[in-house]
Amino acid sequence: MFNYEKRLQYPINICQKNPAAAAIIISQYGGPDGELGASLRYLSQRYTMPYREVAGLLTDIAVEELGHLEMVSTLVYQLTDGLSPEEIKASGYDKYFVDHTLGVYPQAAAGFPFSASSFQSKGDPITDLYEDMAAEQKARTTYDNILRLVKDPDIIDPIRFLRAREIVHFQRFGEALRIVTDRLNEKNFYAINPAYDIFPKRK
Amino acid sequence: MLTQSKNQEQLLHWIDMVSLMMVDLTLYLDTHPYDADAIDHFNHYQALYKKAMKEYAENFEPLTLSTSTPEHVWCWGLSRNPWERGIS
Repeated sequence: MFNYEKRLQYPINICQKNPAAAAIIISQYGGPDGELGASLRYLSQRYTMPYREVAGLLTDIAVEELGHLEMVSTLVYQLTDGLSPEEIKASGYDKYFVDHTLGVYPQAAAGFPFSASSFQSKGDPITDLYEDMAAEQKARTTYDNILRLVKDPDIIDPIRFLRAREIVHFQRFGEALRIVTDRLNEKNFYAINPAYDIFPKRK
Repeated sequence: MLTQSKNQEQLLHWIDMVSLMMVDLTLYLDTHPYDADAIDHFNHYQALYKKAMKEYAENFEPLTLSTSTPEHVWCWGLSRNPWERGIS
């Protein structure tokens, strides 16, 4: 189960409205390499992860990603809170506004809604962990791209925090992959799928 | 009032810091479960976190239901949401 802690993982206080920044940062809310996909990916993969400590890591990182999801949506909310129709038209935020007003909706910067098609739960530990490592790097690159486009220190401070966490998660998933391969046939890691061929109590 | 909000901000900042140490050590310990030094660090930050969360609930507002001690008013529902500006 999950409990809520009524605070952000890292503080966010935006002084200056910036709908153009919100329109790109929203990609880390509902885009292809965003925090929602990250959390659902790890939450979905953990059931068939046959090594308990790696399943535990998937759970703990998934929970932290939910905290990041809350940070990203807070950024979008604060960057757009109180916008006038003139500011919305001038910034190009009108295409979002017409469908959602100033509500926060999980979509990519290009406008397509959140889709589970952006991640996998393959039921094979090596396959899933490689995907997870790639996912952390894709998210890191997305934060790098946001940092190329946005200069307001109120925004880039929490974005830098999120970027740093992606690097930590990549490291931990790398260790998890090592834990898995250490338990497999070192001459051929891919001879079997340990989630399907060893662990299930099939007769 | 100004002093109180300053103290509140400082205590929340402290909670953010010790909690992040716990989160980071948790992930490390997930892949290094027998690292006794890291376990000592985890216990250290967890004690600081528990104390600070209790202090915050007693002096300002509860951040979790488990530290909430409602009497006449349901402060949990009325307290500031994390996405609001100001203290976050």
